[in-house]
Amino acid sequence: MRDFFTVLIGKTVRALAKLRGGGSAFPGLVIEKVDPGFLARALDRLPLGVVVVSGTNGKTTTSKIVVELLESTGLRVFTNSTGSNFSRGVIAALLQRVNLKGETDADIAVLELDEAHAMYFIAQVKPKYTLLLNVLRDQLDRFGEIDTTAKFLSNIAMATTDTLVVNREDPLVRAIGEKVLAEHSSVRVKQFGLSENLLKMFPSDAELHGSDGSPLGSRPSAGDADVILTEVGLQSATFEVAGAPYTTDLKLEGVYNTFNAAAALVLVRQVCGSEVETPALIDALSYVKPAFGRGERIELDGLPLELVLVKNPAGFRLALESFEPEGFATMIAINDNSADGRDISWLWDVSFESLATFGVDTVTGIRAWDMALRLEHDGVAFRAVIEPLDTALNEFRAHSQGLPRRIYCTYTAMLELRKLIAKQTKVENVW
Amino acid sequence: MTRELVVAQLYPRDMNIYGDNGNVLAVLRRAEKHGLSVRKITVNPGDKMPTDVDIVIGGGGQDSGQTRVHEDLLAKQAQLRDLAESGTPMLMICGLYQLFGHWFRTHTGEEMAGISVLDVTTSAEEKRLIGNIVTDSGLFGEIIGYENHSGQTFLGEKSTPLGRVLVGEGNNAKDDTEGARSHNVIGTYLHGSLLPKNPAITDFLISTAATRRFGEFESAVIDDALVERARESAKRRPR
Repeated sequence: MRDFFTVLIGKTVRALAKLRGGGSAFPGLVIEKVDPGFLARALDRLPLGVVVVSGTNGKTTTSKIVVELLESTGLRVFTNSTGSNFSRGVIAALLQRVNLKGETDADIAVLELDEAHAMYFIAQVKPKYTLLLNVLRDQLDRFGEIDTTAKFLSNIAMATTDTLVVNREDPLVRAIGEKVLAEHSSVRVKQFGLSENLLKMFPSDAELHGSDGSPLGSRPSAGDADVILTEVGLQSATFEVAGAPYTTDLKLEGVYNTFNAAAALVLVRQVCGSEVETPALIDALSYVKPAFGRGERIELDGLPLELVLVKNPAGFRLALESFEPEGFATMIAINDNSADGRDISWLWDVSFESLATFGVDTVTGIRAWDMALRLEHDGVAFRAVIEPLDTALNEFRAHSQGLPRRIYCTYTAMLELRKLIAKQTKVENVW
Repeated sequence: MTRELVVAQLYPRDMNIYGDNGNVLAVLRRAEKHGLSVRKITVNPGDKMPTDVDIVIGGGGQDSGQTRVHEDLLAKQAQLRDLAESGTPMLMICGLYQLFGHWFRTHTGEEMAGISVLDVTTSAEEKRLIGNIVTDSGLFGEIIGYENHSGQTFLGEKSTPLGRVLVGEGNNAKDDTEGARSHNVIGTYLHGSLLPKNPAITDFLISTAATRRFGEFESAVIDDALVERARESAKRRPR
């Protein structure tokens, strides 16, 4: 009976919020207040349990890959795909999916959780599977220190009941795996990793800041990884799955998205066990498209426009290594709203020298001038600095006719640019 | 032959958390504009501290980073104090600013000895002081940056504040001082990075170093239009 009233209230609030065009997480906020146990009860009913994906970078893309791979095996998956990765966002997504008895038709839930808010979540729901991606300096002005973030991830790992999947190449995340292995013998710990030749493209947070960029000593022998990414091409990759190589074309682009695919493969293999054949999973992977804003391609003036989300130094650095600047017109949009992080010091931890040869067309956003100053220090020329995103987009468009375009943007800049572009071309609406 | 300055970057591996590399890069670029070249030496724990050095720059870190460099810093204490007392310009941000003082008391109540180059003491507090900050320094004009620290620092008599806080918190939540100066050593909580947007401080480090090394310094006329725009937009941002 309790579920009936909760769901009724939730669905009503949702309908009302929709009428006035309000935030997607608002009904979740209401339910959190009137029935704090709703989330746990609804998720406990799922036969295959709950998967949590967390880490600083790549949560959205990785969750999307996990969901699509699971669906390819015939499972029905519940997920918080709108990118509202707090508990209330999960509840809001649940409300769309449940009937009035509080039941969903899903077999399993895949939830992308913000590191700090996951603490609230695991107090109510114990994940059966957890996938930890990385710990990078991202929102230091929110959490204070990177060690705090690592502690959050460790807490999620310790709450996991069945299987923990960790990034072998991230020292802080790998250490969490070792801790769980030592303290929870009933929990399986699986790793995803990189071959030696790809390691240099993925500096850990500490390595990124090592003297002159040199790694912090060599990688300790870290044990076997279930899936190893061994080669990355232009929209293709080779994965070593349980020792056997598989090469495939991909719709995903960039080395970091491809590494996320390795993470997703490990997790899905654990969930599905021996019932699913590796070639079938690899084939399903080849159809997965990038998540909203994460290397997203939109068509503008008959040419591709790529929106690349950058939110921390490691991500920006990898993005610059992933995308070839030649032949593209480039714009950089840096905002410092609270969702972006107010501190923009991290721009100084990214090397922009790879943009020097072809230059940057337009620099925009609230902190455009800081970004321009950063480019100047790396000897990168830029055509114009225009703070307002709308003017900048128009001028960028006018000055880049006949060229494919690429925009590196922080989170809130991406949201606004996407809206502006949607007025001029068709952009798939995920909200 | 271009005149060369030697810049030592202290503990870039462990103390680097808020874009501190930007400070070294800013010295490098600014020195070039003044017609000087720069040789950078990185000093990590276990490395020898160079004796023949013109500028020393150090950054911020987490508690774990501070612990890793602490012993090494104490081993280099005499040398760093000699360099400071003989007038070598230095810039220490956040974590190393704290360790350049007398002591740093951590959250667990442990007292970590500093190297007493600056007459300051620091205690970790519950509340982090975080946000955009603007100070008035007199000598270097307005200093603009971002602070993020749980340590609260108090000045003794032998150090003078780097600036008075106009917007933000600064050294601590009690007085309006930010940073500290003794000899030609500057300690501050500001990153952003500090030097690219505050070239008056960069010029101070370079001119002091060049005058000590070559007996003279001829300042070039540098177009700071870009810096001015970045300073203006940073100043408009909320805390």
